[in-house]
Amino acid sequence: MGGLLLHAVLIGGTILALFPFYWMVVMATNTNADIYQFPPKFTFGSELATNLRNVFDSIDFFGSMLNTIIVAGTTTGLVLFFDSLAAFAFAKFDFPGRKVLFGVLIGTFFLPVGLAVIPGFVIMVELGWVGSLKALIVPAAANAFGIFFLRQYVHNAVPDSVLDAARLDGAGFFRQYYRVVVPMIRPGLAFLGIYTFIASWNDFIWPLVVLVNPDQVTLQVALQQLNTVHNLDYSRVMTGALLSVIPLILMFLLFARNFVSDLAKGAVRE
Amino acid sequence: MALSRTAVPAAPEARTRSHPHRAPRRRRRALSYWPQYLAISPFYLLFAVFGLAPVLFSFYLAFQRWDGIGESEFAGLDNFKYLIKDDVFWLSLRNTLLIWVMSTVPTLALAMVLAVLLNSVKRFKSFYRMAFFIPNITSVVAISIFFGALFATNYGLVNALLEAIGLGKVAWLQSEWGIKVVIAALTVWQWTGYNAIIYLAGLQTISTDLYEQAKVDGANAVQIFFRITLPLMRPIILFTVVISTVGGLQTFTEPKVLVGDSGGAGQSGLTMVFYFFRQAFSNNDYGYGAAIAMVVLLVVALFTILNWALVQRGQDGRTRR
Repeated sequence: MGGLLLHAVLIGGTILALFPFYWMVVMATNTNADIYQFPPKFTFGSELATNLRNVFDSIDFFGSMLNTIIVAGTTTGLVLFFDSLAAFAFAKFDFPGRKVLFGVLIGTFFLPVGLAVIPGFVIMVELGWVGSLKALIVPAAANAFGIFFLRQYVHNAVPDSVLDAARLDGAGFFRQYYRVVVPMIRPGLAFLGIYTFIASWNDFIWPLVVLVNPDQVTLQVALQQLNTVHNLDYSRVMTGALLSVIPLILMFLLFARNFVSDLAKGAVRE
Repeated sequence: MALSRTAVPAAPEARTRSHPHRAPRRRRRALSYWPQYLAISPFYLLFAVFGLAPVLFSFYLAFQRWDGIGESEFAGLDNFKYLIKDDVFWLSLRNTLLIWVMSTVPTLALAMVLAVLLNSVKRFKSFYRMAFFIPNITSVVAISIFFGALFATNYGLVNALLEAIGLGKVAWLQSEWGIKVVIAALTVWQWTGYNAIIYLAGLQTISTDLYEQAKVDGANAVQIFFRITLPLMRPIILFTVVISTVGGLQTFTEPKVLVGDSGGAGQSGLTMVFYFFRQAFSNNDYGYGAAIAMVVLLVVALFTILNWALVQRGQDGRTRR
């Protein structure tokens, strides 16, 4: 196939992939009347301010965004810390039971924990965490995927000789982790951080179940509330949807230089 | 114990003597690793409390009658007996499987085409990769709302286009197949790029020597793809199929946002997880909800094993030939 034709097809694909964002902006900057006409308006309008005000009037947008930032940020920090510690232990030390414990960890991949929301909810009732952001953060603070991924990373990125040298200097496990391992696995941590943040930001089922107080929700749940109440008010709902995806896409574009290729490499290695 | 049994048979007194020595030594060795155990403990503690315990409790609940407030009572197999006769459950299973097939097959096929194209392009590769990946980081809620508007009967863009070319409107979100098509379209949009990028990474690991050799032997592009590329990509294809199966069989958010709690016209958007969710949290029938969850788990496991076996068998057949 000719190079030009190849690029034409790929650019067609790119347009399809990005079209929804363009169309969201069209809907968020026009009135419903503009959207509802036939043929529809394909250009940006000047109604963004009105539509934004409508969104802020209907849901506590900034409150729910703050909740989402708190949950996604804290979860990401904890995941990076706990997962990298565990990954270091698994990658570089032959402690008794290592193989069995790691096997159990891999096994947890296949347990569809999402279906355990009923008893999960009951546990949260017992703990008194229903309606609290803790219920989202604590269960997600360490995960098998991150440990699995970082173990590979530590294995490849941290040479034994460097650890041996640190050990000769009298550095124990935690000092080795802090002084040697963390600086050497920064790119791996960046990948896992972005991955965790995105997953946490977009999480829907569990927040929907456990955040029972309609005033204290995350962005995704607030967006769903907006959609339920104003279903046919497209410019309002689309403005909300657009606002909820912009921060994540900006973050992705800023930090994701290697993110996509790292993700693919991880999958292929398995 | 197992260790001493498999060891070389020794005199009885020797075996008993070795024990008191070995046990403390092993314990001392384990104790010297306390920082490592401490380092891995958060995951296991959290998993025990928030992962394993709920799953076990779910299993227990499936054999109970419970509204979530009062005392639960033992129900034996009643929940499962009811489930077998429950037409709505079978409908939800059918919906789930249809949506899964309608989404996964085009997604993976398109992803493979896209990956092959990307692999043969030299410039702008990372730009395309980023652009194709962006749909995957977009929240399912936001994009479901968007697709709802896109496929709306009266003012949706898709129907406007259909009218413009003289085909007339389709009641996408009010018809049995329409709902499934919209969910499938959404999934294809969100997951094609992700899978293409994974396939691309796989394609890049295939040595170009193989292709050169095949060309020398007179193979054309199609033969090369089916005889060399596909077989070598088998493990990666398996990975994407399993990911798509585990995710696809648990579809929930898309229909929930698109058609609401009713499940849409004729409940044709009602998936298994959606039904489970509705029974538990709208009808407060926790026992029955848990029973549905168990069956969903079984279905997911079954299909994952099936995928595995199919791909594995294909591979054996190939190596034998």
